[in-house]
Amino acid sequence: METIVFLISAVVILSGALGVIFSKNPVHSALFMVQTLFGAAVLFVLLEATFLAAIQVIVYAGAIVILFVFVITLLGIDRAEDLKVEPIAGQRPLAVVLGASIFGIILTVLIVAVGGPTGVREANTPIGDAADNTRLLGETLFSKQVFSVELTALLLTVAVIGAVVLSARPQKPLIRTLQESDTEEETEEGGE
Amino acid sequence: MMIIALDPLLSSDIGLSVILVMLMKVVIAFALLMVSVMLVIWFERKIVADMHNRVGPSLAGPWGILQTLADGIKLFFKEDLLPERADRIVFRLAPYLSLVPAFLSFAIVPIGGDFTNGGDGTVSIFGHRTLLQVADPPVGILLFLALSSIAVYGVMLAGWSSGSKYPLLGSVRASAQMISYEAALGLSMATVFLSSGTLSTSGIVAGQATWNWNLVTTGIIPFVIFVIAGTAELNRPPFDLVEAEQELVGGFHTEYSSIRFALFFLAEFMNMITMSAIAVTLFLGGPNGPILIKQISWVWPILWFFLKVMAFLFTFVWLRATLPRLRYDQLMDLGWKLLIPASLGWFLLIAALNIGEDRGWSSLLVVPIGLLILSAAALLLKGAIKKAKDSNLDAADLSEISEGSDQ
Repeated sequence: METIVFLISAVVILSGALGVIFSKNPVHSALFMVQTLFGAAVLFVLLEATFLAAIQVIVYAGAIVILFVFVITLLGIDRAEDLKVEPIAGQRPLAVVLGASIFGIILTVLIVAVGGPTGVREANTPIGDAADNTRLLGETLFSKQVFSVELTALLLTVAVIGAVVLSARPQKPLIRTLQESDTEEETEEGGE
Repeated sequence: MMIIALDPLLSSDIGLSVILVMLMKVVIAFALLMVSVMLVIWFERKIVADMHNRVGPSLAGPWGILQTLADGIKLFFKEDLLPERADRIVFRLAPYLSLVPAFLSFAIVPIGGDFTNGGDGTVSIFGHRTLLQVADPPVGILLFLALSSIAVYGVMLAGWSSGSKYPLLGSVRASAQMISYEAALGLSMATVFLSSGTLSTSGIVAGQATWNWNLVTTGIIPFVIFVIAGTAELNRPPFDLVEAEQELVGGFHTEYSSIRFALFFLAEFMNMITMSAIAVTLFLGGPNGPILIKQISWVWPILWFFLKVMAFLFTFVWLRATLPRLRYDQLMDLGWKLLIPASLGWFLLIAALNIGEDRGWSSLLVVPIGLLILSAAALLLKGAIKKAKDSNLDAADLSEISEGSDQ
């Protein structure tokens, strides 16, 4: 049973991943990505990590990819773009090299790893009440891992502020100079 | 044995009879939803007509009750148009992405069962104890959030794949609106999890089986926020900018016709029923209610549940008939600057109360201090919003001046 579910979701994940790379249309790519994420969510359910599965769908499929599609449709770059344009020079060969080396590293780890991957689970009995893994996860996150949680929160806050600052930058100099010149004129006039 | 559900039906060996009971539940839920969608569409048209002082559908069947069926059959036989510039596959896929989540989210709603006096809400069907809901996954209500985030794709892709201006504008609006209000929706639900201590829908309902349905903690602010955010999530008036007829023809489904249009229509009303049912489950005690006649005790929870859902459906129709549509900036202001901070603040207050209970602090002390901090935060937020608005206005004035001087 487990093997069958695993095989089906593996096919779903891999075909989705290939679809992301090979579709000419960015919106289709994003949809294939949703397919991949769904496959991964099924794998989480298979591992009895139901909370992670739900979060995977809510956060990745429900928020992140939606934003991708939103931006793509809003900017109107949805018609197959000219694939010959290389925004960064030498991007393509570099991508091939990087991809091959990451694949090589993963392969090496799999081969060299002691005993290799056996597919057998490390723990065969649930750590706690398996139906209650949301609570277990919460307890771990907010007791043992509380500093990493806080640091992640800080990182997110910095990212939000950064996004606001970046998006506000082009307007500011113009407004400031205008404001300054206006107020200067006003004070000069008012001073007299 | 993998635990996929808390339903006692699945905790024993799964034999043929268990599968049959399961299948029966699925078929009944499906049929029930289809019939109730038909009736709700008629109900809405009739109530809105009454409020407009019109007659409404009156010819098909008694009081026009079969009007939806007639419309459905008509749509079924109409020509199915595919716009020339449409993205064929996505255009065909989109209605199903709308419809399937609407069906699936109803699966986690318990529609009956006695939760009072420590009852676990199970009923006996052919000798099997089971909950009166199709599924009770351990993640419970998170499944609803996940599915409602998938439903955004239906609207969004429908508009995009039509290859036409108005649907695209409608779908861009829809996705921005639905993402914004999903945050408020989730945060208002978080308070419910906090006061019930579980994510499972049957657990939440069991936690509300007291006389007051936890109304003190969840009944005021989270409930109001949930209803507003839920209405926005459904794209119903006054939040129906997505299909604002005056501006966008029909919004995201302008290019749809025939059975595909019917599917969108079906999904919209099914979502309305599901949202009402979820609201009843989370905030109003689900099927909880007094059992008046002991001999037919199993009827009462189902009856109470349907009465509560009916009240919600009526409210949604009422809102549609009375409130004017919000402007886009008002919509975003309401979502981000009011609903999200308010639900977050209330969530923190309830969390502080829970911790205070654990530590033995007096709630007479925790509540005023919490409220004090929250109002200080609210004032700060208000000030920040005002500042941002003022500087935005300044910038707009200045750019107008500079444009004027350029000419």
